[in-house]
Amino acid sequence: MESILNFISALCIGLGVFLGITGAVGIVRLPNFFTRLHAASVTDSGCAFLILSGLMLQSGFSIPTLKLLFILVFLLITSPTASHALAKTALDCGAEPTPHPYEER
Amino acid sequence: MDLVIDIVLLTFLGIIALAINRIDKLFCVIMLSGLYSLLCASLFVTMDAVDVAFTEAAVGTGIATVLLLSTIGATDTHQRSAPHRPLLALLVVCTTGAILIYGTMDMPAFGDPEAPVHQHVAPRYLEESQQEVGPPNIVTSILGSYRGIDTLGEVVVIFTAGLSVVGLIGFRGMQKYGDRQRAAGITKDDMDEHLVLRVVIKIFIPLILLFALYVQFHGDYGPGGGFQAGVIFASGFIFYTLMFGLDKGMRVIAPRVLGYIGSLGVLLYGGVGITTMLLGGNFLDYDVLMHDPLHGQHLGIFLIELGIGITVFSIMLLIFFAFSSRKGLRQ
Repeated sequence: MESILNFISALCIGLGVFLGITGAVGIVRLPNFFTRLHAASVTDSGCAFLILSGLMLQSGFSIPTLKLLFILVFLLITSPTASHALAKTALDCGAEPTPHPYEER
Repeated sequence: MDLVIDIVLLTFLGIIALAINRIDKLFCVIMLSGLYSLLCASLFVTMDAVDVAFTEAAVGTGIATVLLLSTIGATDTHQRSAPHRPLLALLVVCTTGAILIYGTMDMPAFGDPEAPVHQHVAPRYLEESQQEVGPPNIVTSILGSYRGIDTLGEVVVIFTAGLSVVGLIGFRGMQKYGDRQRAAGITKDDMDEHLVLRVVIKIFIPLILLFALYVQFHGDYGPGGGFQAGVIFASGFIFYTLMFGLDKGMRVIAPRVLGYIGSLGVLLYGGVGITTMLLGGNFLDYDVLMHDPLHGQHLGIFLIELGIGITVFSIMLLIFFAFSSRKGLRQ
């Protein structure tokens, strides 16, 4: 049981780290604001969710797990909100998402 | 492992410092300085100084960033380039830095048990604070009881900052913001269209206030205390003000009332000290507050932490109101 939990937790954390690096690469490499925002939101939600889940599996039924759960819920609500606010502000300021961002450069 | 984390964090700190120096867009500079504080907080965590890290995260990353952002609302968003080459300033900074680094050569290594700081009063704090003061969090014992007068000084410093801001801008200057908006024909707020943000913030404000209360009253047992709680409590109100406009924020809690509340906190702190003197003890010697010295210490620390929290909350909110009310004054 212990080793299965450890395995799942390691899988979660590893995948979370992978998503974090993917998001970072995306922020640097993608061509315009909206595609970059997409990359950033991968880091915000997916990476944080997976890493926190992995940590929760490590700490078992305890107060730290509860605190991690609170952080997780907090992040699951605030990160999409932040992404939404950024996208909406960019739209209001005149940036428009385009279907073929690579061809415009 | 600690070494790797330290090296990575310090490298990031250096990069951010350079970036802040090179970038002239003030918005980016403020965001980067918030990030700088967050990295500092992480460094403090690796040194096991969680109380300091908590304060740094709440004050440096949280409220300082918001205050600076509200300030560039009233000023320019670009840094003006200096008219001359500040070579003399560079020389002074480099010399001071070199002297400081030279000074660290004589300092004992981090965590060295032979270091003077671990020889003087620290052993007494570590070994006897449980019997003398009581709280499991020794930082709270030192801050509230052993070093109570220093902490009173810190609270007075914060109170003085609030006083200076009020002296410069004035309560009436803050309240004129709404009149100015109405005179300019601005009835809608910038944020009126952000429906999603409004809904989410309405859900979160009670949770933020609740968390602040937890930090305030749980400071005896874990990291936290009046300073952090006051800042977090203020940030709940700042959220509301950012979202629904300064006018409505000031209607929730008027700047003048904040002035009274801020003084109340300092008075509460000082009042505890005076009470202990009247009961026959020294200034801020909580032992005499109740029959049992430990209970007295508990009550005393509870009251002064409450005083700190009240003052920090009201002064932070007051400074935010004051800075935000300058918005649109230049046109």
